[in-house]
Amino acid sequence: MSAGRTGEVVVSLRDVRKSFGDVEVLRGVSFDVRRGEVVCVIGPSGSGKSTLIRCVNGLAKVNGGSITVMGREVNDPRLDVLALRRSVGMVFQQYNLFPHRTALQNVMMAQVTVLKRPKAEAERVARALIAKVKLEGKEDAYPGELSGGQQQRVAIARSLAMNPEVMLFDEVTAALDPETVKEVLNTIRQLAADGMTCILVTHEMGFAREVADHIYFTDRGVIVEHGPPASFFAEASDPRTREFLGQIL
Amino acid sequence: MNGRAMPVLPPAAEALAARAAVERAQGGAAPRLRLRHGLVLGLLWAGAAMAQDAAGETAFAALMRWAPLLLEGFGFNILISFLAMAFGTGAGAFLGLGQIAPSRGLRAFSVGVTQFFRNAPWLVLLFFCMFLLPFEFVVLGATIPFPDWVKAVIGLALPVMANVSEILRGAVASIPSGQWEAAESLGYTRRQTLWRIILPQCVRRMLPPWMNLYAILTMATVLASIVGVAEMMTLTGRALAAENRADLLLSFYGFVLICFFVYCYPIALLTRRLEARFAVAG
Ligand SMILES: Nc1ncnc2c1ncn2[C@@H]1O[C@H](COP(=O)(O)OP(=O)(O)O)[C@@H](O)[C@H]1O
Ligand SMILES: [Mg+2]
Repeated sequence: MSAGRTGEVVVSLRDVRKSFGDVEVLRGVSFDVRRGEVVCVIGPSGSGKSTLIRCVNGLAKVNGGSITVMGREVNDPRLDVLALRRSVGMVFQQYNLFPHRTALQNVMMAQVTVLKRPKAEAERVARALIAKVKLEGKEDAYPGELSGGQQQRVAIARSLAMNPEVMLFDEVTAALDPETVKEVLNTIRQLAADGMTCILVTHEMGFAREVADHIYFTDRGVIVEHGPPASFFAEASDPRTREFLGQIL
Repeated sequence: MNGRAMPVLPPAAEALAARAAVERAQGGAAPRLRLRHGLVLGLLWAGAAMAQDAAGETAFAALMRWAPLLLEGFGFNILISFLAMAFGTGAGAFLGLGQIAPSRGLRAFSVGVTQFFRNAPWLVLLFFCMFLLPFEFVVLGATIPFPDWVKAVIGLALPVMANVSEILRGAVASIPSGQWEAAESLGYTRRQTLWRIILPQCVRRMLPPWMNLYAILTMATVLASIVGVAEMMTLTGRALAAENRADLLLSFYGFVLICFFVYCYPIALLTRRLEARFAVAG
């Protein structure tokens, strides 16, 4: 099914296993994401989607298998975790903006602290990114003064400021009102069009069908089925996939 | 104790000690001073102050003669409270950071010290400092005196330290884990996350309980009278002994209560206002 997927592999998972105590949450997951691709991961809640993408930037440690990002083995104990995290951006369902700093500062802070960029340059980058996510004029607003959709776009700008090679999105529209979902999806759509490599956990099937190059369906810690959107939605054959799509669509 | 007989535990100090024990058991949630407490106090005191002795001097006039000395003593209470709060906060900040340190050993040590001093009666800690600390230190040939009031500061700073440590730990624990994850996924080190993301958010949350602790400490400074420090309670006792008039008891101790109320009530008010503001701001 993945015929036609070409280009440098940015993220590669091979037989990834992860347990919490006795519960095996990931039971052998493998896939590749190539440069510029948008990959969507869908599946019922509790099937391990969040755990899966948290393993990619080392927020969760895997128990078996291998994950490489830009050729770096995430599992390697000698790995420079900070270097890995600089090349992987992550956006959360709950935004997780720093509430004691303004939107501008949220986008600037990590550039100065982590990348050691001069303040003036960090501010220039931050202003440009805030404009890119269409929030000009909100630079000095605190997160508490912004709507969920606006906060989420600031969070996306904050991640982009680190110049990541790949962006991870974990159900970033799940906590939003229907109207603001569109704003955030537009931002992601724009990113995808710009060629950003994205791994997207989402329940927005319409959006997945539109932007994804490839869709993975997970259930109980394994990939049940995958394929490019057109064939995935039309031909998904596994009963679990059919049942899930039946509920969602 | 200079061979002096142990003074009887004054009723106010006893009440304070009992209250402190209750507060510790409740994890620091102190009953608050309200304005009506002050009004009742003021009325009682005014009645007592009008009482006259055989020679015709009102209790109020007698009090006025002693007031400068008593207020000086009150100043000493405030000084002790400032110093104990400063040392206790400094040490407590370190201890609190120790409680959340990555090193298991340091964490266990800090938790142990914090719990020990948080669950010890303040008065007992005060006695320990009085009797265990030397009255002077010799450092490089120079003799540094170590008067009783300094020991009292240390004795009171110990429980403050433990409570500040716990306030800090609690504040850090109350920050949602998403803040840590967001910072980590941006490439912050643990230390950078703590100092630039977590602790700045804690300061605001720590302020009300910290001020509450200060008010409790200020009231507890009268415990120092039991170990002979010449603060307000001690001086009041001496003044009453010199006057030897039973009708003065109420107005003199009432004056002590009023001084503490006037000092602590605004702190309680401010604390409540901050809490309300932070609750709204989320
Ligand atoms: N930190 C954790 N400790 C223990 N169990 C966890 C933890 N994180 C997730 N789980 C469990 O792992 C399973 C998968 O969770 P998650 O990856 O969040 O699923 P999804 O994002 O697909 O809803 C769930 O059963 C969840 O309870
Ligand atoms: Mg999830």
